Amino acid sequence: MSYLNNLLRHGRTRFLSVLLLGLFAALAACGGDTSSDGTSVLNRAVGQEPESVDPHLARTTQAHDVQRDLFEGLVRYSAGGQLEPGVAERWEVSEDGLTYTFYLREAARWSNGEPVVAADFVASFRRLVDPATASFYAQTLDVIENTRAIVEGELPPADLGVAAIDSRVLQITLERTTPYFLTLLAHPAAFPINPASLEEYGDQFARAGNLVSNGAYRFTSWVLGSVLELERNEYYWNDAATSIATVRHHVAEEPSAELFRYRAGELDITSTIPSEAFADLRAERPDEVRVAPALSVYFFGLNLNHDALGDSRELREALSLAIDRTTLVEKVVARGEAPAYAFVPPGVANYQAPDVGYKRVTLEDRHARARQLYRAAGYGPENPLDIEVRYNTSETHRRVAIAIQEMWKEVLGFEAELINEEFRVLVANLRAMEITQIFRLTWNGDYNDATAFLSMFESDNASNMYGYAREEFDRLMADAARQIDPDRRRLYLEEAERVLLGDFTVIPLYYPVSKHLVRAGVEGWDDNVLDYHYSQHLRFSDD
Amino acid sequence: MQQQGAIVYALMRLASAIPTLLLVIVLAFLMMRAAPGGPFDDQRALPAETAANIERAYDLEAPLHRQLWSYIGGILKGDLGPSYRYPDYSVSELIASALPLSAQIGAISLAVSLLVGSLAGVWAAVRRNTLTDRLVSAVAMTGISVPVFVVAPLLVLVFAVQLDWFPASWAGSTGAERLLLPVVALSLPQIAYVARLMRVSMIEVLSSDYIRAARAQGLPTATIVTAHALRPAVLPLLSYLGPAIAAVLTGSVVVEQIFGVPGLGQLFVRAALNRDYPLVLGIVILYAVLVIALNLIVDILYGFVDPRIRRR
Repeated sequence: MSYLNNLLRHGRTRFLSVLLLGLFAALAACGGDTSSDGTSVLNRAVGQEPESVDPHLARTTQAHDVQRDLFEGLVRYSAGGQLEPGVAERWEVSEDGLTYTFYLREAARWSNGEPVVAADFVASFRRLVDPATASFYAQTLDVIENTRAIVEGELPPADLGVAAIDSRVLQITLERTTPYFLTLLAHPAAFPINPASLEEYGDQFARAGNLVSNGAYRFTSWVLGSVLELERNEYYWNDAATSIATVRHHVAEEPSAELFRYRAGELDITSTIPSEAFADLRAERPDEVRVAPALSVYFFGLNLNHDALGDSRELREALSLAIDRTTLVEKVVARGEAPAYAFVPPGVANYQAPDVGYKRVTLEDRHARARQLYRAAGYGPENPLDIEVRYNTSETHRRVAIAIQEMWKEVLGFEAELINEEFRVLVANLRAMEITQIFRLTWNGDYNDATAFLSMFESDNASNMYGYAREEFDRLMADAARQIDPDRRRLYLEEAERVLLGDFTVIPLYYPVSKHLVRAGVEGWDDNVLDYHYSQHLRFSDD
Repeated sequence: MQQQGAIVYALMRLASAIPTLLLVIVLAFLMMRAAPGGPFDDQRALPAETAANIERAYDLEAPLHRQLWSYIGGILKGDLGPSYRYPDYSVSELIASALPLSAQIGAISLAVSLLVGSLAGVWAAVRRNTLTDRLVSAVAMTGISVPVFVVAPLLVLVFAVQLDWFPASWAGSTGAERLLLPVVALSLPQIAYVARLMRVSMIEVLSSDYIRAARAQGLPTATIVTAHALRPAVLPLLSYLGPAIAAVLTGSVVVEQIFGVPGLGQLFVRAALNRDYPLVLGIVILYAVLVIALNLIVDILYGFVDPRIRRR
């Protein structure tokens, strides 16, 4: 007994000292980081955490934002969002539009000082389509000869239509003419990887420290869950134009926490602006709030397999007409968005969305027409429409859904049921097309072309979640794909959208905007529809 | 003899933990798969050939029982598999990067809560029904009922944004000061909880016969509390400690998100939302192992602290 007592008495003091020791050790353990203050450091928020900077395995726009600092493709974007030469200083296109010949810059270098050669691009493109890579974007460049057969495993990657004529000349052969091919080449999936470092590090080649990249920055550290740090790549061909030495891409999952960090001076650029703070910030820091139209559309999709929606075009039109989009953008979302009457957003290159007649009709007339159509479709006070609207978890989506529910109730007299689902649950339901009726989506253009918005409505497209199958639309899209002349192609695409809108397959609501806070003193930030902001274009005013 | 008994007991408990753990793994595996939406689903559908290649690469095309079998086989070899979300890292590496930080913050705040909480609790108990007692109880009640997602942003707003004393986020500095606000946010409700627990238990002990006898002998209150009452009064705290340590080591989602702490809590939530099956499972297994192990340790400690239990 006394033995136990003894143990306990000593044990207690020992416990206390162990505890205190642990506390000090814990505190001491976190003072080890070195800070590179003294040189210019840009702290920018990237939003949710990028999953990888491997050009072939990254999936999200956040990863792409970091990759654009690390890599450079054959072409790239200017600060204002215009396509311009990247590693390729010039190129030629054959008369039939099928063969592209790129001439690489002599000064192009990897971050280890070795030259970037045509064979590097060949190896990269082959890795992209190799089934063993299992890249998400394997078919991004599927207009290149044999892509599909290689992805399916029928041909070896070596059969891809990409060839190094010599160390500085790269030839790409297409299966069909693609007027927007150059914009595809600016996609991160088309960035080159360094074959020697892939050989050396295998599946760890894209880690910080291992990665050899060819952009304005190199990847020096990644504190998982927190920050990706990039240092200036002194071998970059245009390094003389780079101003900022260190770029930290901060993970910022929570917009309100991100705003705190900005207010506390820890961030120079935010990835977004929380809606509840938007109006205040605009009044308080007008010069720091940067809002720009984006290549994006926010809409309600309709599942035409659902009886009531599929049967009656009148009903679908009534649903669309009853919505007051001006109130929606001014009172509900209110962050500088524009009301949407057509699907393809303004700002898409070489395209003009069709004019929708009701846009200019007064709200009263529009509502009268909506009521008329609603009745014509067989609905009324005794027989109100019974419909569900699905949206994924988000304050904005919830508010938009409630506002529209209210508008429908007021104008047409039925009460839609709102169903909130986690994003992946909603996506699973959309894919199955069994229980969905009306649903909310945002569609972002993967590349700057109208097809990035329209092709999902083709009857055989895997992203067609609408049950939309319209021969005329399919034919116009197919016709457009065959055109070499951009103006003629454009006419076909615009006509296709006219058909789509006339069928009221979707209810466009508004065109979202990109929203950032950019600290006064950060220069070179140029608002653009792509919302791409390369760190190499930015500088501090006091530098 | 007694020691032998304790070892046999511990071994038996350990043996019984294996089926529990197995059950946790199987259940978590099946529940994760039952959740709608897969790890590679997005509103933009992948072309069929691309999707097939990805499923093949991650072994998602095999029947479910075979996937489960190969997963358990991997665990036996100490391999928690690759992350579906982070292609450059394995699940073990991701956990290894997040756990120490969560554990560090958790351990500090637990230590702070135990220290401050039990002191406050004992103090309140000794001065039972006085103003001090009521004040401690009121503060403790507030601490428990005000949620962390209110306290944490408030702390940031006041101490980081307004006063600029501490960084607003973990990445906002490299020194130890970046731990302070998360530790405070995490400790406040724990302090309150410990204080209440300690107060009630101390009051109970103080009103027992042997304490009354000690008082009758004229011992000073301080001696009574430290030498006689503290040990039995600490018992309820011990049983609370097991699960509390497990919870606190594995990180608080809210605190980590608000302070941008790259810990296990936010990793877990993100993994679940992204349907990163192996990462979710890896963290669930870690958590299960921690809970089982800590409960076992607490039970054994109980035996040491409370002789009545040992005799039974």
